[in-house]
Formats: sequence, structure tokens, C-alpha cells
Amino acid sequence: MDITALSALLAATIIAGTPILFAATGELLAERSGILNLGVEGMMLVGAAFGFISTVNTGNHWLGILAALAGGGFIASIHALVTITLRGNQVVSGLALTIFGSGLSGFLGKNYQGAPMPYQFKPLNIPVLGDIPFLGPVFFHHDAMVYLCIIIATAMWYLLYKTMWGLTIRSVGENPQAADAVGINVARVRYFCTIAGGMMAGLGGAYISLVYAPTWQENMTAGRGWIAVALVIFALWNPTRAILGAYLFGGVEALTFRLQTMGINISSFFLAMFPYIVTILVLVLVTIRRRQDAGAPEALGLAYDREER
Amino acid sequence: MKAALYHEGVVNLKQIPVIEMKGINKRFPGVIANDNISFRVYPGEIHALLGENGAGKSTLMSILAGLYRPDSGTIKVQGKVVRFHSPRQALEEGIGMIYQHFRLVNNFTVAENVVLGSGNINWSINHELIEKETQRISQNYGLKINPAARVHQLSLGEQQRVEILKMLYRGCDILIMDEPTTVLTPGEVKELFQVLRMMSRQGKSVVLITHKLNEVMEIADYVTVLRRGRVVGDDRIENLDEGLLTRMMVAREVIHSQARRDKQDGSMILNINNLEVKGDRGNTAVNNVSFDLHQGEILAIAGVAGNGQKELVEALAGLRGVVSGSVKYEGEEIKNHNVKSRIASGINMVPEDRIGMGLVPNLSVIDNSILRSYYKEEFYSGWLLNYKRVRSYTDRIIKEYDVFISDSRHPINYLSGGNLQKLLLGREIDQGPRVLLAAYPVRGLDVAAAEGVYDLLLKERDKGTAILLVLEDLDDIFRIADRVAVMYQGCIRKILDVEKTSIDEIGSIMVGAELTGV
Repeated sequence: MDITALSALLAATIIAGTPILFAATGELLAERSGILNLGVEGMMLVGAAFGFISTVNTGNHWLGILAALAGGGFIASIHALVTITLRGNQVVSGLALTIFGSGLSGFLGKNYQGAPMPYQFKPLNIPVLGDIPFLGPVFFHHDAMVYLCIIIATAMWYLLYKTMWGLTIRSVGENPQAADAVGINVARVRYFCTIAGGMMAGLGGAYISLVYAPTWQENMTAGRGWIAVALVIFALWNPTRAILGAYLFGGVEALTFRLQTMGINISSFFLAMFPYIVTILVLVLVTIRRRQDAGAPEALGLAYDREER
Repeated sequence: MKAALYHEGVVNLKQIPVIEMKGINKRFPGVIANDNISFRVYPGEIHALLGENGAGKSTLMSILAGLYRPDSGTIKVQGKVVRFHSPRQALEEGIGMIYQHFRLVNNFTVAENVVLGSGNINWSINHELIEKETQRISQNYGLKINPAARVHQLSLGEQQRVEILKMLYRGCDILIMDEPTTVLTPGEVKELFQVLRMMSRQGKSVVLITHKLNEVMEIADYVTVLRRGRVVGDDRIENLDEGLLTRMMVAREVIHSQARRDKQDGSMILNINNLEVKGDRGNTAVNNVSFDLHQGEILAIAGVAGNGQKELVEALAGLRGVVSGSVKYEGEEIKNHNVKSRIASGINMVPEDRIGMGLVPNLSVIDNSILRSYYKEEFYSGWLLNYKRVRSYTDRIIKEYDVFISDSRHPINYLSGGNLQKLLLGREIDQGPRVLLAAYPVRGLDVAAAEGVYDLLLKERDKGTAILLVLEDLDDIFRIADRVAVMYQGCIRKILDVEKTSIDEIGSIMVGAELTGV
């Protein structure tokens, strides 16, 4: 493989990792507050559809992004209502929303099937940095969304671990009773995190339909929502590890296309399995090491009821 | 105004109660939890709120802490009428409550738990700063703690200190503690009391919810006794004694069942030799333990919690593997037998964790009562459970063992601790055990319920059952046991005849004092 092909592969890696990272960062936020949302795939699809349709009709891809945020947030707010206020089962609600999101996006996108996206994000032209050989094309010829994504993920780490808000969010996910006892409004924190998380999933979906594969196809997220869910576990609920993981999984995806053209004979099914296999391996390793402070939030998946003892 | 108060002196200042609750009523469906209760606390006072389980102590304090709202009545804090709609409002008035189950985030550090939810630190957290602040407060009150440690690394006693720190950090003037000594070792209880005295010297008030008389006598300045939702007496501690308080609490003389009969030597039924058992973390929890258990005796295991008692009992019940040594039951080696075959041969266990391990919280009383014997033919018609027969069996257990319930179809998590324990004991005793293993059977029970449990155990002993009893209260050991084995760091340091020893002797062996003349 020559150097140009390698730099193209790495650049493609970053692009492929971006939608996964958006969704995983959002899911991570929700899970840190104790809400497991398995509706990521559905929220991404709705975000992709809202984003595509709005951009095509308004001609402004930033309006498309806003619509995608609203779409993902809308689906997540259903999840929040069912699991926080009504204390429903989080797994059931999330799975139902994945199916609902896939149906809704298919219905809305019926007339756009196969249509190309005329208004795309343009790669930024970053002076000096962009001119560095090899590194320039890999890191500095991307569109604004790629950088926004890295900024959001990094900010998420700072928020969760270095600020009072982060302490509050994590306390709600670890022990809502303890949070309640010191006057934190558990339901409000969980609503905020779940909906904000859904908006980020919507953003990830829109990145696919606006930039990554600028067109509309039914079910075009093709399981990336599930990869995002796996990634949160792989990252052990830490946003910085999620950044690395997203580009690792993205790299595998980018490789899948290239290997075929290069005539190397690895089954694409194997590569598709890769993220899940690594996630399971990480889980096994962590369980063996039994690190209390690196695992899942203690109250993840559990509804909170003050009266219950 | 200030000057005038100053001249009137401390005595007069003390006349203004920091808390004044008047005419508090609170009903729950079917129960009057608080019936026209009045309650006062003065600054710097350690006030014991005494009563049996279900007397309404926790309800009253939950009202004061803002968790419940009273149906009627007024609350004044520092002379000002307040109405709390949430614990946060109570906290803002300086009232903090520490519950029996701590409300701490296990994965956070001590300092993070202390500052959590309080508005007075920067948005961006400086860990060094909050740890220093935590350190400062902890030193002020003699609370030994490492502010950078994570809560899951701490003992229960240390976790309680974090809870106290949390309240002090928020500037609480009134600290309510619900049964604070239940989870503590004797040494930790002493330290806690020192801290409470220090707080009282600094003008803070403490309310202790408790049913332990000896602690009330030791630490309290003032006592209010509740029974069935009413105040039955309150006075300064100098005017009270244990007998008086017991009578107020239960309104009947507790008959201390001094049922120690003439020693009749039963034959040996269980013989333990050089037993070694591993703990949960792979450590050696039980080391080189040997003893015999005879029919018709109660052998108590004394020791500070965590010295291998739990592991020993679990190993005997077959719940935990034996590393080496032998367990002989009527001369037969059983160390590799599983739980079911041990039960079948007459070894039954009443576990420490009655609602997690002993009973299934969401199942009904009926289902729980046959958990141990569900496979017996008498409960079946063909291969289906015959609920008519099961119910009549349950009704018999309930009656025989005096379990108080309204409907045996209800899940057992609505039962009180005493009734749970009687149901559990009844179920095990009804199997006709020859060896009964019981760990902390009266933990968390009030005087009357504990009496009931001890009566059952004594009756069982008189029937000839060999009973191994893990207990924490030395007074209780002297009341019901025949022999006592003292465990320290996984070893049995000494086995003594209860009639030939003293509380002091056992107490010193428990904490590892060198044995002389052995």
C-alpha cells in the first residue's frame, strides 16, 4: 500500500468514526445518568431522515442539522417519559423505539429513496496545518462536523469528570437515592441527559445522510446505532476512550471497503463482527480485573422511586 | 437585644428549643403512625428517641427531615414556623438525617460525596480544594477519614463518618441518626459517641433513633419514649434507668427467659476439626477452627463482625467450600455434601441476611413458607402444587410461630423484621432440625420481637436440637447460650462455659487481647 492510499484510508477512518462517535457520546451521557437507551439506531435513522428532508427542502444544511437534533430529541423524549416518569422497562422501551424510528424514517423518506444530497458540507480548508504532507490530508481536510464531533466528545469528558454538573449527573446514575437525599432532582437530570443524548444520536444519523453517504436510503444507518451502544461499553463509560474506540471501529469499516478493492480475501462478515467481538473481549477483561470504579454506573437501567426502600 | 440575651446567660439561651414539634399526626393506610406527638430538642442536646420497631420514631423524624408531610401539627425551627415539602428544604433549615442505609455514591471519593449537590463550590471542580475542605471539617470533629478514598473501599463505620461529614459541610445544626450503631463494631461505637459529644459541645443537637437501652444510658442527655405512635414519657437521663425505660417501651415487664436448666450433657452431634475456609476475596477467613456441638445446647459464637463468623456458618451449611479440615456429623464426614443433602440429614440454617438469602421479598408468605420443603409429596396432587394443602401448612406455621400478618397471599416485604424472622425461624424449625445454625437472628429487632425469637430458640434447644448461634450482643449471649466460642481473626480463641466467664473476659478476647494461662 503506498503512502497516498494509506492517508486516504486514515482520512476515511475519521469520517467513518464520526457518526458512531456522535451517537456513542450521546448514549454515554444518558447511561451515565442511569438511563439505558437501546433506541439509538432508531434515533439515528429519524435524525438522518429529518436532516436529509429538511436540507433538501430548505437548501441549508445547518437547518438540516437542527431538524436532526429535534428528531433525535423527540424520540428520546418518548423514552424519557416511559422510563423516568412512568418507570417502564428501559430495554423494552428502547427496543420498541428502534423499531419505531426505523419505520418512521422509512415512511417519511419514501419519496426521497435514492435521491442524492445536493447541498453538502464542504471540507474546510485549514491553512498551514492542511498543507503538512500526509498528516494534512488525514486530519485537516474534513468538514466542520468532524471537528464539532471531537470537540463535543472532549467537552463531554470535561463535563462529566471535572465539573459540578458532571458530579451531579454521575451521582444520579450511580445512586439516585444518594443524589435525592442531597436535594438533586433526579428526574430532571435524567430527562436532560436522555434527551440531549438522543439529539446527539440524531446528529450522528444526519452526518450519514448529509456527508458520509449523501443520499437517502431506507435503514441507511445499517447497524451503526448498535455499534454505538457497544462502543459505550467498550469505552467503559468514558468519553475519551469512546473517541479512540469510535475511530478504531470506523477504521475497520473503512477497511472493509478497501480490502475488497485491493483483492485481499477477508470475509466482510468477519469485519462486521469485529466491533462486537472486541466489546465482548473488553467486558471479559474488565470483569476479570474487577475494577469497581471503571464499570457501568451502578443504577444503570433501574427506575428510581423515592418511596421504594 | 443581643447584649440582653448575653447577660441573661447560657441557661436562658437554652430555654429556646431549636426544634419544637407540636401535635403531629400522621396516618398511613390502616395505621396511625404518629398520634398527637410533641417533641422538643434544645441546642447542644443529645436526644434519644426510643421505642420499639413500629412505634413511629422513623415516621416522626422523616417528617422533621422533610421526607413525609404531617397530616396536622406544627414544626418550629429556632422559634420560626416551617413547612417542609422536600428534604432539601429541611437541609436548608439545618436539619439533616442519616438513614440506616447510607445514601452515598460508592464510586465517588469521600470529598466528592461530601460536596455533591451543595451549591457552594465552583462549577469546575478542584479536587485538591474539596479534599482539603473535607479534611478541615473532619479534623474539627475528630472524624478520621481519608478524603481521597473511594467510598466502596471504606468500612461501614467509615461510611457513616462520610454521612456525618456531609451534614456538617452543609452546616447542619440538627443531626438525626436512624439506628446509627447497628452496623458498627464496639470500637466504632465509642468513636461515634466521641464525635457526637464533640458536636454537642459545639452547640449542635443530635437526635438518635434507637431501641438500644445501654446506648441511651451512655450517650443521651434527654429521652423521649414512643409507643404505638404516642409519647409515653420523656425526661432527662438522670431521672431514668433501664428498667423504667423498658417498661415505658413495651408496657409490660420483659420476662428475661432465664431458662438455663440444669446442665445435661447431650451427645456430640457435630465435630469440627482444623477447619479452614476462604472468604469472598480469597483470603483465609476461617483458620484452624475446631469445636464440638452437642445435642440440647446453644453454642454462641462471639466476636466483632467480620472475624470469620459468617464464613464459618456458611461452610457448615454447605454454602461455602472447605479448604481443609473435617466436618463430622454423627461421625460421618460431610464436608463435601451439598446443601440439600445436609438439610435432608437435619442441618438447617437461618442466614444473617433474612430478606435476601432467607426469604424471597416479592413472593407471598405462602410461597416463602414452603421454599425449604417445596419438593415434599404432601404439597402435591400429581405433579401440580396443591395450594389448599400448602395454605393449611402456611397457616399452621403462622399460628405456631406467632407470625403476625393480615393476609398470607401478600408478598413478605410488607412484614416487619420481627415477623420475618419468626416466619423464617418457624420454617426452619418446622423441618425438625437436629442442628440449627443461626446468624444474628435478632439483628434489628426490638426487645419484644427479640424475646420471641429467643423463646423459640430455647424451646428448640430443650427439644434436644444442637444450636450454633452467631450473636453480637454479649448480654444476649449470657442470657441464652450454654457455651460461648470467641472468634478473632478467623480463629476460635477460646471456648468458655457461660456460667464460668464474664462479659469483660469475652470482650477482651474478642478484640484480640493476649490470652494468659492457656
